[in-house]
Order: sequence, then structure tokens, then C-alpha cells
Amino acid sequence: MPATPQAPDASGERVIASVLDPAVLTPLVVHAQPWINFDVGLLVDRFWANTINGLAYGSVYALIALGYTLVYGVLQLINFAHSEIFVIGVFATYLTFLGLGFQPGALPNLPIAAIILDLILAGVVAMVVAGLAAVGLERVAYRPLRRRNAPRLAFLITAIGASFAIQQVIRIWRGSNPEGTIRLLPPSPVFTIFGAPITNLQIIIILASLAMFVVADQFVNRSRLGRGIRAVAQDPATATLMGVNRERVIMITFAVGGILAGAAALFYLMTIPQGAVYNGGFLLGIKAFTAAVLGGIGNLRGALLGGLILGVAENYGQSLFGGDWRDVVAFVLLVLVLMFRPTGILGESLARSRA
Amino acid sequence: MRERMHTVSHWWNAQSRPVQWAYMVPVVIFILALPVINPPIITTEPYTDFPISLFNAAVFALIAIGLNVVIGQAGLLDLGYVGFFAIGAYTAALLSSPDSELGVRYPWLVIVPIAMLVTMLSGVILGTPTLRLRGDYLAIVTLGFGEIVRLLADNVDPLRGNRGFQNIARPGGDFPDGTPIFSQTDALGFYWLAVIIIVIVLLFMGNLERSRVGRAWIAVREDEDAAELSGVPTYRFKIWAFAIGAAVGGLSGTLFAAQVGYVNNQRFDITTSTLYLAAVVLGGQGNKVGVIVGAFLVSYIPDRFQFEPTYRFLIFGVALIILMIFRPQGLLGMRQHLLAYGRQAYQKLFGAGAAVAPSGLSASSKARGDLAETTPDDHAGTSPRGGGE
Repeated sequence: MPATPQAPDASGERVIASVLDPAVLTPLVVHAQPWINFDVGLLVDRFWANTINGLAYGSVYALIALGYTLVYGVLQLINFAHSEIFVIGVFATYLTFLGLGFQPGALPNLPIAAIILDLILAGVVAMVVAGLAAVGLERVAYRPLRRRNAPRLAFLITAIGASFAIQQVIRIWRGSNPEGTIRLLPPSPVFTIFGAPITNLQIIIILASLAMFVVADQFVNRSRLGRGIRAVAQDPATATLMGVNRERVIMITFAVGGILAGAAALFYLMTIPQGAVYNGGFLLGIKAFTAAVLGGIGNLRGALLGGLILGVAENYGQSLFGGDWRDVVAFVLLVLVLMFRPTGILGESLARSRA
Repeated sequence: MRERMHTVSHWWNAQSRPVQWAYMVPVVIFILALPVINPPIITTEPYTDFPISLFNAAVFALIAIGLNVVIGQAGLLDLGYVGFFAIGAYTAALLSSPDSELGVRYPWLVIVPIAMLVTMLSGVILGTPTLRLRGDYLAIVTLGFGEIVRLLADNVDPLRGNRGFQNIARPGGDFPDGTPIFSQTDALGFYWLAVIIIVIVLLFMGNLERSRVGRAWIAVREDEDAAELSGVPTYRFKIWAFAIGAAVGGLSGTLFAAQVGYVNNQRFDITTSTLYLAAVVLGGQGNKVGVIVGAFLVSYIPDRFQFEPTYRFLIFGVALIILMIFRPQGLLGMRQHLLAYGRQAYQKLFGAGAAVAPSGLSASSKARGDLAETTPDDHAGTSPRGGGE
């Protein structure tokens, strides 16, 4: 909550400390530790490592971004609660790990095939749970509004409300501290590109994400159901007249978005095993939405491109300006791209209605 | 319920200005006296100090009024409004705290216009490149702006991150018994100040709404392309909306900083921004009384029901969903205000049509609701500014 005044921590110790602080004694002096860097050397040094790592991060962004983009294409709606669907996926993954007998902290002593099988199992559980959650979200928060012809902002508010509610349910159920670290597959370098080590995790995540993307892309562009999605995105009224069941298409769209978010959740938890926390979806959700807008919202390939670019650019920015500036780089990049290409890099194609 | 609301607003609009004032003055006096009366069921004590809770609600209401200019009047979705609030608070901190590297200690009354000017400028700076974007792109860019402001407060050394600024200037003055009117522990004086500021801002906004600027905003909100084609310089008026909304946000930021006396990077996150948005939409965007009610509820309910802290936000989230399902236009949705105004003029000219007005109002509002629903599709390929810029 915003305006809850707290007593400023005016402990005498702090006041003394700030008086003795050289920055206070001699204002506007050049600090020994600059708060922003411009380290081109580091950028060049870590170029390849950053690129590969950024692609792995970006794949996770892209998978979440696909969910935003699909829903936006069909309903012209920013599904703000999508980040919570992702968090549900993260917890589904985590609880599956627990259910399979993995314990926080301990490295599993299993043959590699068994571990991969377990990972796939956890991924499937996460995808199913997140998919169902997304469909449930649509039923509870969006469908009643559609029935009543609510204004567009009302959808945004129910999305925010749903986001709050889901977060709090998870917090009340699992507590507000992050879950313990369960690492099934420790990262280990497999080979190097220009001196940058590439880990097994990075390879798995990038390849698996690309595979998921290709499946999703083919589903939307080739399958019968996908044709329905595109039809509704293009013109809901005409699509309905042509016999497309709009409600069903919307449900499927949410399900697909949820499934992709579930997959993203598995990859995320493989990279950042300490990341299972009730509010962990927030920043990631914003980044993923940024990625979707960057590529051109409503456009599947745009979401992939936007996610990868965002992941890589963040890493470059981190090297260039310092770790604290990572998120700033992401948002500044967004503003810059939209200034020159107001509909994103690839433009809007799934929903040509707003092009 | 909706019909009754319309009847009330209809009756209200039919009164002359002095009569409206005669009704408003006791209401304002009652609102001012509220923390002194401290009514038993309404009070938030013993969980939260009642004047402080009311002060927070008043600041929230001021923010909602400012955001309402951007969202309710001009129809621009701003998700980073907290950024302006933060800029206002930080301006106050930099200009008056002994922790500031600027080394100046201006009094609060000097800070207020400076802070409003600074936030207004930041609104223009944010608006100039982004207001050519449409709808949801604008939403995400403003969200990014809010995050950038917060991250700057985190990272830029002179802004002191988590350590923050202490002893920010507050207005002077003493009660007859010698205790200061404006103090951190007793929010009574600040609450009165906030209410008075709200009244002034409301008067200003009311006049603005009825001016050329207000009409231009509504034209932009209802159909930007049609407005542009009718000769309304939409871009310039959108920037005005941003700038004025930002200035009110900055004003509330200075007010808040003065009361707490301390600013750090902790309370300017996007969640806060979404709560502002929730207040505006909950109360009824475009309706000044509505957004004040919405802001009051969003700020007051968590304070009042603090005895159940575990479920506070859960209840809040569920309540938002239920409310939007049953009253998607907000508690006091009233987007037809200008129409009603035009109809009054019409009635004065042609007297006889007066009897038809109430039914005509609901019919036209329904039709307009449908129209609003189809607008995004209507923009289809025909939009001349559809993003090719």
C-alpha cells in the first residue's frame, strides 16, 4: 500500500554515520565507487558469454511473451494476470520436484536419463496446471465482463484484481519466503564459443524453447484451431458468422498461453532454482510483456524476436553500465524502439485489425 | 441503482452554482471535522491512527484526481503515474533535506511550485515521444517510465536509494497551545491542508473541464481520429493532459513527503501505480466525485480491516473482480457529463424537450456504451494515424 507512513529510522547511529560519510562532508565530490559505469572493455570481454546467456534468458521471456501476444491478438486485452499464471507454473514445477523426492539443497544422485525424465515430467505437470489455471482465470475474471460488454479498462482492473488474488493465495499457502533451492541439473560447461563457456542448461533451454515456439507457431498458422484463433483475431464478428465458436477459441488461446508459461516456468526454475516465490512473476511478467511489445504485440514471431533481443540487450547493458542498470536498459530500449517503430519491430500481424 | 445515480447527478447539475456551493460547504466542513469527531464504527483505530489514515486517503484522492485527468478525461492509459508522485516527493527531499547534496533548505511553500513545475516538465518529457503511440503501447511505455524512475531512485547515488532523505521541510505554524499544526505524529493539520488542496484542485479541474481544453480531451477520449479531423490538435492536448496530471501527482508527492518527513525508494513500485489506477476505475473514471470515493475506499478499507492482515490483499483482489463484473463503469461512472451539459443548453434553447431528457439519457448512454465497445474494431484499417508514423 502506498501511503502508510512509517517512522523514519532516525537512529542516532545512522545520523552519525551519515555525518562521517565523506560524501556528506564534501558534497559533489567524485565518488570512489561510481554508481554508473561505462565499461566498454567488459562489454567486449563478455560479449559471447552475454549473448548465449541472454539468449537463454530471452527464450524464457519469449515463451511468456507468447501468452501475452496470443491473448492480445484475440481479445485486444493486456492479460496482466499472465505473470501469475507463470508463477503458478513455477510452483507446480517446484511441488513436482518435491513430490518426486528431490530435497532442497541436496544434489540428486541419479543417472542422467532419470533426471531428464523427471524434468520432462515436471514440465508436463507445470504446463497442464498453468494451462488449466489460465482457462480458469479467463472463466472467472474475463468471461463475465465480456458477457456484459464492459469497457476495456474494466478488464484491466479484473486482471489486476486476479493478479493480487492469485499472489495472495500462493503467499498464504506457501509463505512469503522463497522456497528452498532444488537443482536437478547443475550447470556444467559443454563447449566454448570464442572462449565463452556454454553450459548444458543453456543449450537445453534455448533448444527446447525454440522447439516449443515452432510447435506454437505451427499450431497457430497451420492447424484448424489455429485458423480459428487467427480468424477471431482478425475480425471477431465475421469469424462468428462463419461458424467459429468465439468462446471456444478464446479458451484455447488462454490454454495455449498457459501451457507456454508452464514450460517457461520449468526453464526458469532450472536456471534460477531459488526463484520460487509468490511475487516472483511480477518483474518477469513486465519484461515478457515488454518483449511482446518490442517485437510487435499480437505477432508470434515478434514475441520470440522481442524476447531474445531483450534478454541479450539486458546482458550487454549489465556489462556496460553495471548490474543495477539491467532493468533500466530493458525499459529504455522499449521506449527507443517504440519511438521509431510505434508498432514494434515486426509490427502487429496476428491482429491486423489494429495495424 | 444506476438510474438513481443519474437522477441525483441530474438534479445536481440542474442547481445553480450558489445553491451547489450552499450544499458543498457543510459537506466539506463535515469532511474536515471527521478526524475530530472520530466516529466509532468508521474510525480505523486502534489499528491505525485515524487522522493519519484519513490523510493517506486524502493524498490518495489527490493522486486519483490527477490521474483522472489523464485516464478519465483524455482517455490515456497511464500505468506509471507513481513516477510523478515519486518525482514530486524527491524534489521536496532534494530541496529541503539536510541529506541532500544540493545543500539548500527551502521552505515547503517554495518547494510546492518548484516540484509541480518539475513534474510538469517530466510529464512533457515523457509525453513528447510517447503520446504518438496508441492505447496499449502507451500503457507499457508509461509502465516502463514508472519503473525507470524507481530504478533511478535505487541506483543513482545522490538520490540515496534505500537510505533516503530525512527531515524534509513541512509547513510551519502552531496551534494556540503551542504544538505545531503540521507534525509527523499528528496528521490532523496535514489532513486539513490536504482537503483544502483537494478543494482548490477540484475547482481548478472543474473549470478546466468546461473549458476548450476539457472539451478537447473528451473529444480525444471518445474518438481521437474524429477529433483530429475536426481540427482538434490532439497531440498537443494529450501533452497538456499529461502535464497537468503530472503536476497534480507532483503536488501530492510533496504533500506526502512533508507529512512523513522521510523519502526513500521503497514505496514507488508498480503495485502502487496499479492501486492508483484501481482507485480511478473503481470510482468511475471521468467522474471527479467517483474517483475520490474510489481512492478513499482503496486507501481506507485496508486500514479499517487491518485486523485481518493475512487476507487483506486477497479480499482486495477478489473485491476488484466482483466490483468490475457487476459495475464495470465504476461505482459512480458518469462519462455522459458533457452530454448532460450540452443537453441543458439545448433545453434552455428549446424548453419543450426537457421532459424527454431522463429516458433519452439512459438510451443514449447505452448506445454510447455499445459504440465504445466497437470502437477498437472501427479503427480497423481506416485509421489515418494508425501507427505508421
